[in-house]
Amino acid sequence: MSSLASLRQAKRNDWCLINSLRILASVTALVGVLITVFVLKEALPALQSIGMLRFFGDDAWYPLEGQFNLVPILLGTVLTALGGVAIATPLGLLSALFCQFYAPNILASSYQRLLELLAGIPSVVYGFWGLVVLVPKINQLHPPGQSLLAGILILSLMILPTVALLSTASLGDVPKAYLQGADALSLSRWTTLTRLVIPTARSGLITAIILATGRALGETMAVLMVCGNVVQIPNSVFDPVRSLAANIALEMAYATTDHRSVLFISGLVLLALVGLLVMMASVLGSEEREKTRGI
Amino acid sequence: MASKIFSQSSSKTWPDFLLLGATWTTAISITVIFLWVVLSIVGQGLGQLSLEFLLTEPMNAGRDGGIAPMLISTLLILVVCLAVALPLGLGTALLLAEFSVSDKRFGQWVRRSLDFLAGVPSIVFGLFGSVFFSKILGLGFSLLSGGLTLACMVLPLLIRATEEGLRSQPASYRQGAAALGLSKTTTLFKVLLPAALPGLMVGLVLSVGRALAETAALIFTSGYVDRFPASLLDSGRALSIHIFDLSMNVPGGDHNAAASALVLLALLLILNGLAAFISLRWSTKIK
Amino acid sequence: MLSYHTNTDPDSVEVSPLIDVQQLRLRYGSHMAFEQVSLPIYAGQITAIVGPSGCGKSSFLSCLNRMSDLVPDCHVDGQIHLAGTDILHPNTDTLLLRRRVGMIFQRPNPFPLSIWENLALPLREHGNIKRNRLAETIETVLRDVGLWSEVKDRLRQSALTLSGGQQQRLCIARALVLQPEILLLDEPCSALDPIASGIVEDLIVRLRPRYTQVVITHNLAQASRIADQVGMFWVQNSVGRLIEFGTAQQIFASPNHELTAAYISGGKG
Repeated sequence: MSSLASLRQAKRNDWCLINSLRILASVTALVGVLITVFVLKEALPALQSIGMLRFFGDDAWYPLEGQFNLVPILLGTVLTALGGVAIATPLGLLSALFCQFYAPNILASSYQRLLELLAGIPSVVYGFWGLVVLVPKINQLHPPGQSLLAGILILSLMILPTVALLSTASLGDVPKAYLQGADALSLSRWTTLTRLVIPTARSGLITAIILATGRALGETMAVLMVCGNVVQIPNSVFDPVRSLAANIALEMAYATTDHRSVLFISGLVLLALVGLLVMMASVLGSEEREKTRGI
Repeated sequence: MASKIFSQSSSKTWPDFLLLGATWTTAISITVIFLWVVLSIVGQGLGQLSLEFLLTEPMNAGRDGGIAPMLISTLLILVVCLAVALPLGLGTALLLAEFSVSDKRFGQWVRRSLDFLAGVPSIVFGLFGSVFFSKILGLGFSLLSGGLTLACMVLPLLIRATEEGLRSQPASYRQGAAALGLSKTTTLFKVLLPAALPGLMVGLVLSVGRALAETAALIFTSGYVDRFPASLLDSGRALSIHIFDLSMNVPGGDHNAAASALVLLALLLILNGLAAFISLRWSTKIK
Repeated sequence: MLSYHTNTDPDSVEVSPLIDVQQLRLRYGSHMAFEQVSLPIYAGQITAIVGPSGCGKSSFLSCLNRMSDLVPDCHVDGQIHLAGTDILHPNTDTLLLRRRVGMIFQRPNPFPLSIWENLALPLREHGNIKRNRLAETIETVLRDVGLWSEVKDRLRQSALTLSGGQQQRLCIARALVLQPEILLLDEPCSALDPIASGIVEDLIVRLRPRYTQVVITHNLAQASRIADQVGMFWVQNSVGRLIEFGTAQQIFASPNHELTAAYISGGKG
């Protein structure tokens, strides 16, 4: 029977299909595991021979002489990232409010396109622009130019689209009935937005900020190019600093033994910081889903 | 999209005006800054840009000459990246989108791994690539190693786009196929994938853009060597690395860096336009 | 205890049914969609399933070709025998079953392929069929559903360019190419305009002697025009039940259940 033969053939095809898909998906899933395992494995020697305490207790960061004080680098990373987030958050939120509530429709969608284009500019191009345009301007204000401030400004520009686009989406999820209700009570825009819209979209907005923070912490090229990369605790925003990611990019080329291993530890720290943020965002996301299900 | 339902007559207090002013000021400033970034790069780079720039080798550490080897290296890295990422991404997306019932538990694990992967900073991908592909697999500084590293990096983006493309296909196609006793294989390859193809193309184009823009993951994997690569096992300098190297390590390299940045931006803009074009054609076809 | 009033017509009782449903129940997670459904489906006849929305009619139909398998968290208990084979048995081959039991949906769902390819795809899948045989079969089924003269010059065009009624007839043709024994039709006319609806209804009647058909319909007038047997579903305590089953003549002339009587006279539902 050709019909039964075709049926058997179909079954065989399906069996092959599902199992090859399973293999492909396993390889994909394995990539995440491999990254963790290998970064951990390369970081382990330094963790054992140097120990966590010396990253905070050593005299300074002189990796070639066995001095591994990571504090200034950690501080540089956190300061640039938080500074960038501090600027990008209000601007991103205002951009989102602009798109959802203030701009005429055509302007709103073209502004959104612009934000998408801004998000698409490669970090190396941002870094280049910062280096040749922004840094000389800061240098005029207060030398040397390559500084914490330059890093903060470039990072804020880079993560602004993330904050703005995600916030626009979560403001758009606020039920239209709320707005109509507020309008019926003739509440002022200020009251409607600050008391009703923003609290309703709160967890979405926080998620946007968290994801942007993760991006800022992990950013390498732009920070590497504009921050000056001096390992020091900055006294002002005009002092150069070095971030964890920039440190890896700068020293990986010639690092050996313990030094190399310490660089993998910085990679691990970055991974942990970003992982923590992603977890926070996903917990927030699932809480939000629970809440809406409750309604 | 926007919901401008505020009635004009509603009473306005000073915070209202403040907010109105702040949103417009923000939007205008961001637009100005965007134009500043793009125009200053165009201004610096356009003078250098010519057909010759695209077709010649760099000279004098890149201060003079063109970017032909970088374009070739970039292309080869992208080819390697897609050759690996496409089958993995398509297979994973098919499993996640179409077998979510039969492989629920497994799918959840894969998804968790992908969420993690999406959050990994690119410099960490670089670290991983330099250990795993360059050292353990013995590929050294090579286009192959760089392309494989980028493949790991674009997987989450590619899979999300592909999965969305598949999930946006109406359930009635799957029901119709199931009711005819068609096998899963036929349903997927003859009905769903052809229908979802434009969506998959958009995901592909966006992934290429992401790979094209990447720098940090390539520094210790594909390397800096600025001549034409002899094979995939040869080191080669991607366009983004070229921009980085010229602006950071080569005094007087700014103009060629700007021109290279302009080429990179133009390529990304073309890819973006392509994605927009495909999705527009697709949405009008559906209507 | 019987959950429906059995039909007392001696002629029909003698015939053994093609499909025998016994004590069927279905739940989605913890929600019971319907329970205690037992009914016979006779070969070559049109069995209409009527009742208000949400009484489990469509869920019932989806058990007959195991489409219920596709719904996550859907659990079916009871027995359905199709000419002796147990449809609900886990080892029953659903691909083979669905080739024997075709299904038509409420909304026409042609594949986004050409008209030709919509019909050729299941044929090729069914067995290695020669090219001229393929053309022959496609023409035959298109004539069967009265679509041949309308589409014979545009077989390579997308099926999505057809009108709603034409799409629905194409879907019926697509089910017919596999020469199924049974056709399940889930409100096949409800998404169509009155004229297209009439054409599809005529088609169902023309297919009567050759195929056993189970039709869900909201339209009681339609049920009375086309059906040989009628099953009446109703929601009792938020669970669907079959409250009456019998010949169309008996159900429409002298219903036994007061809810059926009320529903038919338009008093309820």
